[in-house]
Amino acid sequence: MNVAGANLAARLEAVIGAAQVDGELQSCEKYTVDGVVPPVVARPSCAAEVVELVRFAKSERLGVVPCGHRTKLGIGMPPARYELAIDVSGLNQIAYYDPGDLTLSVDAGMGLAQLDAVLRGQNQFLPLAVPFFEDCTVGGTIASGADSALRPSCGSARDFLLGAEFVNGEGAFTKSGGRVVKNVTGYDLHKLLIGSLGTLAVITRLNFRTFPSAPGYGCMVAAFSSAEAVIRFQSMISKSPLAPSTFHILASEAAQSLAEPSGDGGAATPKWFEAGVWHAFVGFQGAPEILDRYSRDLADYAEQSGAKKYLLADETSAKFRRGSLQEMVRNFRESTPAATIFKISTLPVIPADILRLRAIAENRSIPCTFAANAAGPLYFVLQPPTADEDTLTAIADIAAEVFEYGAAHGGQSSILFCPTELKRRINVWGSAAKDSQLMRRVKTAFDPQNIFAPGRFVADI
Amino acid sequence: MDRKVIQGLEGILGPSPVLHRPEDLLLYEYDGSVEKGQPGAVVFPTTTQEVARVVRLAGEHNVPVIGRGAGTGLSGGALARTGGIMIVFARMNRILELDIANQRAVVQPGVVNYELTRAVEHAGLYFAPDPSSQKSCTIGGNVSENAGGPHTLAYGVTSNHVTALEMVLPDGQIHRVGSKHGDALGYDLTGLLVGSEGTLALVTEITVKLVRKPEDVKTLLAIFDHVDDASETVADLTACAITPAACEMMDGWTLRAVEDFIHAGFPRDSAAVLLIELEGLTEAVAAQTAAVDEICRTHHAREVRIARDQKERELLWKGRKNAFGALGRLAPCNYVIDGVIPRSKIPQALRRIKEIGEQYNFEIGNIFHAGDGNLHPIVLYDPRNAEQYQRAIAACTEIIRYCVEIGGALTGEHGVGMEKSELMPLLFSDADFDLMRRVHDAFNPDSALNPGKIFPLNKGCGEITARGQAAVRVAPL
Repeated sequence: MNVAGANLAARLEAVIGAAQVDGELQSCEKYTVDGVVPPVVARPSCAAEVVELVRFAKSERLGVVPCGHRTKLGIGMPPARYELAIDVSGLNQIAYYDPGDLTLSVDAGMGLAQLDAVLRGQNQFLPLAVPFFEDCTVGGTIASGADSALRPSCGSARDFLLGAEFVNGEGAFTKSGGRVVKNVTGYDLHKLLIGSLGTLAVITRLNFRTFPSAPGYGCMVAAFSSAEAVIRFQSMISKSPLAPSTFHILASEAAQSLAEPSGDGGAATPKWFEAGVWHAFVGFQGAPEILDRYSRDLADYAEQSGAKKYLLADETSAKFRRGSLQEMVRNFRESTPAATIFKISTLPVIPADILRLRAIAENRSIPCTFAANAAGPLYFVLQPPTADEDTLTAIADIAAEVFEYGAAHGGQSSILFCPTELKRRINVWGSAAKDSQLMRRVKTAFDPQNIFAPGRFVADI
Repeated sequence: MDRKVIQGLEGILGPSPVLHRPEDLLLYEYDGSVEKGQPGAVVFPTTTQEVARVVRLAGEHNVPVIGRGAGTGLSGGALARTGGIMIVFARMNRILELDIANQRAVVQPGVVNYELTRAVEHAGLYFAPDPSSQKSCTIGGNVSENAGGPHTLAYGVTSNHVTALEMVLPDGQIHRVGSKHGDALGYDLTGLLVGSEGTLALVTEITVKLVRKPEDVKTLLAIFDHVDDASETVADLTACAITPAACEMMDGWTLRAVEDFIHAGFPRDSAAVLLIELEGLTEAVAAQTAAVDEICRTHHAREVRIARDQKERELLWKGRKNAFGALGRLAPCNYVIDGVIPRSKIPQALRRIKEIGEQYNFEIGNIFHAGDGNLHPIVLYDPRNAEQYQRAIAACTEIIRYCVEIGGALTGEHGVGMEKSELMPLLFSDADFDLMRRVHDAFNPDSALNPGKIFPLNKGCGEITARGQAAVRVAPL
């Protein structure tokens, strides 16, 4: 720890006590964001301590990055200032849970998997089937806007987040929404926190609507020889009465990366996998007669849309595959040292887009693949084998073209994960969002001194 | 209204879409609530550019601007609390785009809610938010208030169905937020704007999701001899993880009034009925129908009827959706309260409402969205009787206070508006108001748009002094 860091740690100790302040370099390195190491980490144990910390940070104009279990700190741009990490994983209790009302109030630092275990005890769940599920916190999931695999059936977080408590940039403990499933009292400020990357406030507690678990699960995997065919299959289902709980489309390379458990413990090629083709994974749930109906209808649609083959999975396998699909973004990120994941939101995804994007990557000899959650974004993943200068230059060029192509075709593109070195060459948010002027005003309303994660977000926020 | 302002408005819009004579303005001093507030002028623009020019003109003359759809709101949201120019969106009523393949529509704010459903039903789609006023209310109004309705239990409220907005800010600038897809980069400004009651911006274009019609629908009418049994049934349905598309409750007093008017087939001698709709795959609806029937009977339902056909379904819903109109036959005015509570507390809440009714000497009816805990107690009163009016207001206030006490909120779907602005401190602290005020000012810094709404007058946005209006005296609810 350098002198300035030691000094800061000492002053913070006076604010919330020595036990909750850590200025050791080894500890601080764990809170690195894109190569920037904070001199001090604070670990508050209650919302009142968060208030004290933020007031101190405001008075000293420190750059603050709020965090939980730090699984997604790589999203966004490097912080322009970063003197204090506020780790809220000590706020980790369920404050209120009324299973009879299907509502829940939980501290932001609680692990998502721990929360899930409690809910499962009541045959309920929170539809945050997100990557890093076993390791992340509820607050980090909301603040990062992580995309849930269950979005086709349960919507995104904005559809089931009922309210929030947080500490704004003035160091004021504030709240929005409530704990009831229907509520129009005051502004829905909690919706602004979703995907805000800690740039508006330190989230301390979140209120959710929970969902009843289904009695059974099923899954179909179908293989298609072209993007056209798999999109035809998706379109057929969207026009049908079926409402699958999950729906993923994966290009061949992405599908191959999904592991399949085998009875003998070996790494056999999964039965459903076919090289060089597109795969659709459809998850569904319900009572046995409903699972039967899905199985019948999906088989018909697969045949009608020209599937090369399809396979209906049993419940165990279906659950496993759901888990693998949920973690696919994490797996992509960890697949190669310079893996770069674009998130492209466009409606509809058309085969021509995919062909064009693939050409952009292949023109620069960078291997790529695609994956899409039917109700969410299209992930365009670059998987170069190395992370050398030439590769980074090629990725930067690809990014410029992808952003331009997306903007010209009415979509919005950004980079979710990429090597830190790439962020010195490009802005991962692409061109500024159309309403960036309003976003800056909102940021100023929450955080007038610009202490929270400055520079990490869209439009240099 | 200053003659120069009227001339300016006529210069922008022509003389016909500008009303300013007192007799023409009378209609616009009301909405569906018990509040009043008369604008100085009412205009009917047809384009976003006209809206922007009107807003700029208002700014030049320091006059507030109030947006209004069909005026069916129930909280005074579309009333001119401090005078000003009222922009009525009735002539911005075009459906601009129907993207059937992607289940999206782009509409102007004056499109009537049900007209959108009619425009897409040929493709097996519909617009899910269905407030009782859906045949007259506008989608712009729905966006402003984040309107709900019976079927929002399964499909969500308006905000769940809006993906992008175009809007005009007080400086006359036109902005777009969100995207057709719904995943827009940056903060979810669309989510913030929906339900902001016209206090942040004037919405001039809306992109909405369209929902596919279900394969099968069953409508059940469960009849009870005791209110407690009906409310226990609702709590049990939720606890048993059954999510109907709609679950509405009507007590005996209310259903008798409705039956006399609509003849929907509600049993006049019952204490309460539940109107439960199940939707989805045929197999799922069959299984849920059996489960609901069993739960109703466990809680001593006298009878569970299933509507035999579409006609019978429509009749039952006609009874539900026109209930407030039916009550109009019994008294000059009715006050529909909009409170929301945890669903597990419905039985105790209904008992408490009955007590409050006895305390204030009113028979309080209940007809509400039971499935999501959204209460609508109704008090009938005569506004010409000042003592009765004050007593009605006091009873309503006590009910809302009770909702908050048991973990609920002030409003589930009608909005805060003028009606509940003074009750906001029951839920929000000074710090909460301070942040809301700063977010308000980020869009509407001088309170030029819809002043005097949402914020309590003593914790507001300076709206009373902004734009040169006299202070407003408001009786606390």
